[in-house]
Amino acid sequence: MGKPEFVYVSYIETTPAKLWEALTSSEFSKRYWWDTSVVSDWKVGSPFSLVLNGKTTDVGEILEADPPRRLCYSFRHILNEAARNERPSRVTFVLEPHGKLVKLTLIHEDFAENSVILDGISKGWPAIMSSLKSMLENGQPLIIPFDALSIEALEEVYRS
Amino acid sequence: MNIDSFKPAIVYAIYIASTPEKVWQALTSAEFSRKYFFGNAVEIELRIGGAYIVRTPDGSLHISGEVIECDPPNRLTITFNVNWPGLVEKLGPTLVTFEIEQAGGAVKLTLIQSHDRPLSDDILDGGRQGWPAILSGLKSVLETGNPLAIQMAPPLRMLEALKQLGIKTP
Repeated sequence: MGKPEFVYVSYIETTPAKLWEALTSSEFSKRYWWDTSVVSDWKVGSPFSLVLNGKTTDVGEILEADPPRRLCYSFRHILNEAARNERPSRVTFVLEPHGKLVKLTLIHEDFAENSVILDGISKGWPAIMSSLKSMLENGQPLIIPFDALSIEALEEVYRS
Repeated sequence: MNIDSFKPAIVYAIYIASTPEKVWQALTSAEFSRKYFFGNAVEIELRIGGAYIVRTPDGSLHISGEVIECDPPNRLTITFNVNWPGLVEKLGPTLVTFEIEQAGGAVKLTLIQSHDRPLSDDILDGGRQGWPAILSGLKSVLETGNPLAIQMAPPLRMLEALKQLGIKTP
């Protein structure tokens, strides 16, 4: 069996620059990502974190930043103790013009063996990416309650 | 047809601001499918054992199959066999399931492509490239009314792998 990786492709009617901004600005991310802020200065080597309701949920480091084409950060979930003790995985966004659209490829890979976050990220990313596409195309993110994702290891911070 | 031996090879979930009924209609009507499925028309007899057919814009037969599970607007399973000579003989039938679930203010549509034998990554690349384009388009049509203009040809690595198996491709 190959190493687990999660790949999600979507086509969005937008520009690479707008998509880049949506991925790197908290003003946008809070709208499509359950009120989550994406915090970083987006320079290679700088820290990266996701913050929800004032609480840091995930941390990492910017590994690549080539606006508006490619963004890569390491990723470690820190609310759950087992996840906190795992080595970080890696998230890459590739933005490619495709005719009048943008093809967005998200790759989440390099997981620790038997990683406890695989179930959660596999259920979470399609909802986040779908909501991002809606927001960019028609101005309205989706309303998907976190509970609807049936992620097993759910923390209270997401339920509030 | 017994589908117990089929295992999922490709799973793709997408959330859509719509209703399960409208998503079901988009999956099962030619009027909708032309707007998101590269101009192809879906024709389906909505009963178990009914025919499932996809025609290209010039009217020729592209995909033929049979309805295996039909539970509107929740679940549809069909065989989904591309009409290239030798394909089913070499690769076995392709099974496609659409699951439709309410998820808060959105609808979750899950596509599952299954096979009764292991297939190479080269061959699976067709579905891995195609489904995200098709379902991204379906979502946009339902949410904005405007189809996406996605130009896409079958991936070369898949065409090459099919050719090596003696399957005739266009």
